[in-house]
Amino acid sequence: MNTLPKWIDIVLIPFLTLFLAFFVSGLVVVAIGENPIRAMQIMINGALGSDYGIGYTLFYTTNFIFTGLAVAIAFHAALFNIGGEGQAALGGVGVAIVALSLDGTHWLITFPLAILSAFVFGALWALIPAFLQARRGSHIVITTIMFNYIAAKLLGYLLNGPLKKPAWQAPETRRFEDGAQIPFMKDIGEWVGLEITRTPLNISFFVALICCYLVWLLIWRSRFGYELRAFGHSENAAVYAGISPFRITMITMILSGGLAGMMALNTVMGEQQKLVLDHVQGAGFVGIAVALMGRSHPIGVLLAAVLFGILYQGGTELAFEMDISRDMIITIQALVILFMGALENLVRYPVENTYMRMLRGSG
Amino acid sequence: MEWVDVLRLFDSTLRLATPLLLACLAGLFSERAGIFDIGLEGKMLAAAFASAAVAAWAAAPALENPFPGEISGLGLGWTAALLGVLAGLAASMLLSLLHGLASITLRGNQLISGVAINFLAAGLTVLIAQDLFSRGGQTPQLTGGARFTEITLPLAETLRGIPFIGPLYADVLSGHVIFIYIALLAVPVSWWILFRTRFGLRLRAVGENPGAVDTAGISVTRQRYAAVLICGVLCGLAGAYLSMGTSAAGFGRDMTAGRGFIALAALIFAKWRPWSALGACLLFGLLQAISGYYPKIDLGIFVIPSDFMEALPYILTVVILAGFVGKATPPKAGGVPYVKER
Repeated sequence: MNTLPKWIDIVLIPFLTLFLAFFVSGLVVVAIGENPIRAMQIMINGALGSDYGIGYTLFYTTNFIFTGLAVAIAFHAALFNIGGEGQAALGGVGVAIVALSLDGTHWLITFPLAILSAFVFGALWALIPAFLQARRGSHIVITTIMFNYIAAKLLGYLLNGPLKKPAWQAPETRRFEDGAQIPFMKDIGEWVGLEITRTPLNISFFVALICCYLVWLLIWRSRFGYELRAFGHSENAAVYAGISPFRITMITMILSGGLAGMMALNTVMGEQQKLVLDHVQGAGFVGIAVALMGRSHPIGVLLAAVLFGILYQGGTELAFEMDISRDMIITIQALVILFMGALENLVRYPVENTYMRMLRGSG
Repeated sequence: MEWVDVLRLFDSTLRLATPLLLACLAGLFSERAGIFDIGLEGKMLAAAFASAAVAAWAAAPALENPFPGEISGLGLGWTAALLGVLAGLAASMLLSLLHGLASITLRGNQLISGVAINFLAAGLTVLIAQDLFSRGGQTPQLTGGARFTEITLPLAETLRGIPFIGPLYADVLSGHVIFIYIALLAVPVSWWILFRTRFGLRLRAVGENPGAVDTAGISVTRQRYAAVLICGVLCGLAGAYLSMGTSAAGFGRDMTAGRGFIALAALIFAKWRPWSALGACLLFGLLQAISGYYPKIDLGIFVIPSDFMEALPYILTVVILAGFVGKATPPKAGGVPYVKER
């Protein structure tokens, strides 16, 4: 049913759906006996009311851009990559290996190599499920979920064994030396004479923005992107046009996994400056919500990532100010995924009917 | 390894396999009817919370003037536990209905709906627990009437003397809470329902070829909702067992810890068949039990790390999915919403 005008399809329906998701979130806040309006004020103020808040908001945004793009690019090829969490975890290993071995040099050497390494590690972790889907017909959703768990155990093993800081209790690597310290926004601000409060926001943010542009270029301005979208729309038609499903699946998942892996730049090199067990913290899953909300378009992903950045940073403030734990954010995230991804027809059907009736009425 | 250790290992295998088995059979009903369900985890979690919360409340004494933070309950005896289970079933079935609404009525994406349900349960349970009990997202410890006691099977002591079989019966099979026996019983019952009744035939048919079922004048929608609700009941039992039947005795944040996904793995491993599901769940339960008792297995040449043992169910599933050990073919119409022609 593609009879709806474009603005209804890409503006009205998503916004109504999103509104519904947030409305239900508001009802949840009411149900636990708090004031949703006040909660929203605290969140927005906490996330955007100071350069400290904005710093943290954009720090989270950086994570979500990477994982959101990862899910989005796979969506275009009709692949559902739930493995962002594991791919990002492995990306962390890639970052840590480069940082630990080269941190005697300079970040200008370490950082590009870490980007490459994060990409390669994340991509490799996505490659096996991709291969199994393309060649053996295993469902990529299930294999990527399994790979999330395997990644978590692998990370646990590495951080309790080969990568562990010697004579140290916690399962983590040693702290990276100066040569692997990437510039924070505070440092970048000083270069241009701006005074910015110190937050974990770092140069990876710009890498994320560049990735947005590159993904857009790839999907809508390249031959491969055309094949990718054709494959996503109709596998049969794509095969008929001489597009190899194997090639598309493999390359798409390499890119998807690689992007998810690059998230680790922000958390491992930026925030922690060492590899810890749970450096991903669910950002891989947030990527699903971000991609759905952003309609798998890089600009949409960017906006959705900012919104989720606000939610995460605002949610932290909320936990301080009101008796609402950070689990509210997970609930909102769930409702966004539910309404945008699974219950969309709840809005679409009535809108379609109303539109048809209006057409008939005027015609 | 002593004989006693083997018995102990088998005993905990059975305990660990139970939630997996219940969830696995739950998934079996849903997926056989053509509704993919990766929300088993969330339904179990919601049930674990709802049953523990209601049981704790029902068993707590009724207070005239409760202090802030103190709960005034119903002061019930063993019926508290029963109420708890009912609440667990209700919570799980509610999420099942949501999944049904999304994937059957509104023809949404079943995988995404499942993902959403997992997060919804993860967020809401802790949120509500915190609001009700103010204990960092946990329910109070369950005691007395809010707990299930272990059942000693008849003749357990008499038969203990028989070599080999006696101890297996008395020490492994006997002495568990009711959920374990329900789970074991659910295997033949599920097999019978699915493969020996008209209802089961229709259920499997809507998972393979809904068009044909529709042509025969049977409602695909109703059949699929029925399957999804059965899935909810079984997930509810799995969750209630976790919070009320195990030594946890209460709900804790994310207490399902990925069991829903191991159950899903077991389901694929079992190729969507009830008896094989029992085998798969026992195997995965054994793996968990081994990694619990023997974190590091020393083979002389090298040591198998515990992380590897814990990852083994997932690795096995991938191997199975890859089709290297037999081919796992899911129900044909799985994941596809049925659209009646107009």
